[in-house]
Amino acid sequence: MKFDTIIIGGGLSGLVSAIECARAGHKTAVISAGQSALHFWSGSFELLGHADGKTVIDNPLGHIDRLAETHPYRKIGYERVSQLLSRVPEILSDAGLKAVGSLERNHLRLTPLGFLKPAWITLGDYVALEAGSPLPWKKVALVNIYSYLDFYPRFLAHGLEKKGVECTMASVNIPELDILRKSTTEMRATNMSRFLTDTAVDKLAAEINKVAKGADAVIMPAVLGIYNDTPVERLRNKLDLPVWFVPTTPASVPGVRCQLSLRDLFIRLGGEFIPGDSVRKGVFEKNRLRRVYTTNLGDMPLDAEHFIISTGSFFGHGLIADMERIYEPVFGLDLNISGGRTEWYNKDFYASQPYMTYGVTTDENLRPTLHGDIVENLYATGALLSGFNALKEGSGAGITLATALHAASKITG
Amino acid sequence: MKDDPHTKEYDVIVIGGGATGAGTARDCAMRGLKTILIERLDFTAGATGRNHGLLHSGARYAHTDPESAAECIKENIILKKIARHCIEETGGLFVSLPEDGLDYHQAFIADCLKAGIPAEELDPAEALRIEPSVNPDLIGAVKVPDGSVDPFRLTTANVIAARMNGADILTYQEVTGFIKSGSRIVGVTLRSHRDGHEREVHGKVIINAAGIWGHRLAELAGIRLNMYPAKGSLLIFGHRINKMVLNRCRKPGDADILVPGDTICVIGTTSTRIPYDRIDDMEVTPEEVDLLLREGVKLSPAMAWTRILRAYAGVRPLVASDDDPTGRSISRGIVCIDHAKRDGVEGFITITGGKLMTYRLMAEEATDMACRKLGVNKECHTAEIPLPGSEETADDKKRRSHIIELSTEQKAAEERHGSLTGKIVSDDDAADALVCECEQVSVGEVNYAIDELHVHNLVNLRRRTRLGMGTCQGELCACRGAGLLERHDKCTQRSLDDLASFLDERWHGMYPVCWGETLVEIQFTSWLYEGVCGLDTSEVKVNDNPTQH
Repeated sequence: MKFDTIIIGGGLSGLVSAIECARAGHKTAVISAGQSALHFWSGSFELLGHADGKTVIDNPLGHIDRLAETHPYRKIGYERVSQLLSRVPEILSDAGLKAVGSLERNHLRLTPLGFLKPAWITLGDYVALEAGSPLPWKKVALVNIYSYLDFYPRFLAHGLEKKGVECTMASVNIPELDILRKSTTEMRATNMSRFLTDTAVDKLAAEINKVAKGADAVIMPAVLGIYNDTPVERLRNKLDLPVWFVPTTPASVPGVRCQLSLRDLFIRLGGEFIPGDSVRKGVFEKNRLRRVYTTNLGDMPLDAEHFIISTGSFFGHGLIADMERIYEPVFGLDLNISGGRTEWYNKDFYASQPYMTYGVTTDENLRPTLHGDIVENLYATGALLSGFNALKEGSGAGITLATALHAASKITG
Repeated sequence: MKDDPHTKEYDVIVIGGGATGAGTARDCAMRGLKTILIERLDFTAGATGRNHGLLHSGARYAHTDPESAAECIKENIILKKIARHCIEETGGLFVSLPEDGLDYHQAFIADCLKAGIPAEELDPAEALRIEPSVNPDLIGAVKVPDGSVDPFRLTTANVIAARMNGADILTYQEVTGFIKSGSRIVGVTLRSHRDGHEREVHGKVIINAAGIWGHRLAELAGIRLNMYPAKGSLLIFGHRINKMVLNRCRKPGDADILVPGDTICVIGTTSTRIPYDRIDDMEVTPEEVDLLLREGVKLSPAMAWTRILRAYAGVRPLVASDDDPTGRSISRGIVCIDHAKRDGVEGFITITGGKLMTYRLMAEEATDMACRKLGVNKECHTAEIPLPGSEETADDKKRRSHIIELSTEQKAAEERHGSLTGKIVSDDDAADALVCECEQVSVGEVNYAIDELHVHNLVNLRRRTRLGMGTCQGELCACRGAGLLERHDKCTQRSLDDLASFLDERWHGMYPVCWGETLVEIQFTSWLYEGVCGLDTSEVKVNDNPTQH
């Protein structure tokens, strides 16, 4: 099989670059080995939340020049990052995802444990607060679903009360969810979202209305709308108060929704999504990757003019560590790692962990090296890249998206 | 508190919440003594919770220490009777590899039989048939009645028994000094690790069952004990490789025992002398990990490709008697000291030496001594009366299992709590919901532990229920557990601090083996808690010494 562009990895980075290539008329394939890391997404994208040990609110892009030169944002450059990321709201909108946020000023997202953290883009139905301003409510009702364990009203109240918001707490139930409780592991967000549709939503709204009286808004766990916005819209129409969602621990409804929406957009644009398969090896000729072989397709090669590898970090198995070394398992690309296994970590869990910064080495166009030579038609994007600690910077999604869009633009011209 | 322990006068104050202390409190209380058990942190926080969990047959000591071997086999038989729900009768093999030769093997069988340990020589092919995980290169094998014992469960059961017999229990109370009247000790001063308050408890006899920490405790009473700490490191694997306990048939050395227990198996140990000031802050070194794996794969090759969950280290509380740097040639024999005779200090007893296997016998000796001092003439019945949770015989259980179909989480709970499982609410769907999916811990079980098993934080909860001990190491259940604890504790900030500390405590055992899926798991945990949940150390306080929970 021949493609213009093959993308290895079906996470956020892979899907977004695939969408851009397909939109440009390229015959594009995505080879996706497993579930995307998007499945535990918070509903917010971060661009740059922390720099110089401080929380960044205004002008996150303005801090890019202070990052190390090897940082992916620096490689792409301030101007270009700004241009590329301004495309993101449109892509999300095309995929059917409403979002708020600006490149000029971070807002604050409300985390499942009640902390407020800087974010760049947040899905429309999720709590996004303007930094520095008083919170928009005097009193909120934190409403859980009865017996659901992954929503923490008291932790949320603790965080909100610090900001001067009075909180009431209640839980509600509707008979439609009883079936889930018959199994001890089924009361999870994504499972509930499959039952919370149509008239079940009306019943849920009626129960919430009973317990939320007197509040300015309802805050509840993200347990609706895994496939589309319809259940959320229906709930809004039936509720007496405005409602906001807080993400839950995995698998998260906004995460699965985002992954499915981007995948479907890619398929609508004519892309070939190959799930459950992984690339075993590549054939290189004169510093170019010619074709790849996958586990499921056996000796049938997949040829392409351009390739993108976006297989993620350790969690995505884009990097593998054994007792002796760390390697990139698909092509054996060169990595930016020094020292043996005792150098990979810091003993303080909350310190900056060296392994978090590991990844492939690339030139300024994000082309990785193999045995010291640039592979001219291969681009590496997302968490597979080295030179940043996404967790400490609050930059994971921004880097993922900027590098994906950068690679796609290089390929499509 | 309607019944304030600080205003009472006790017959016996037992210090130390390990198996020995809990066992001693049980024995004292069963003999009608007015007893209080005091632990500075949590039960099993010391050596009790940091060993193999091996139910010794005594075979390991048969050659080097026949006295200990004979004690072990006696206690082995007793524990199988009184602590059924804490024990698994897996059986054990002593295997000889080509590099070991067969000389030790022959002497070993004779020594076992002399000590009263049933030891049956097996053909290597037969050994491989009954235990397929053993190194196929073996040249000899001996079957002995080794098994596994869950030290957390065993200690908890002793605490419950002590309480049922009227004992009071205090955790997170550290002894800061002794109250003296002339040459007699009449009580202790305590400082709470939870609220910092200082209090006193008065009693006629004080029993020091604090393990290696007993050295420091004795110093507070002006007594020099000369204990020395020998550190032993172990690795936990993500599932059971072996069915039976596997031992190397040679003089006891490094990494020569692989014990299957619960959902996992454990290889150990190393033995290194450490300075006394490091007993509260131990970590497993990369060299120890290398050694454990290098030697371990010789016992069972599957270890090379099995996921390692974590590494941990314990301190052997040995009473120094010679200068052996490894600490191995010293007898693990029981030491019960009457400090009136030895040091002229009345009302103070130290029980130490020994091992997890002989905790009950140690308790009996210490209680006998306390009874003599108090002029009480009561017999010990701890060897006959089952521990709470173990009242049901194996036959009863079998009969019942034909009638009642248990769910997996009910089975898991029954493994952990035996006949006390009935106290776990399981008649509504909300209580049955799983908090920890790896170890099948339900909301009902968590609530039972919080209500009845002296649980104040996530580490306590882990030790009572196995929450967070499975393959995800607390990644998905830690915040659920924190949410449930907070409902009882009602202090949200403390719960968030506790959650942050718990994740750090899990990491402490993971970084020595941080490669492969362990690295994958911890990266996911970091992204989830620091990323999605925004847990931020500028807003939470992390207890920076993970062993101090």
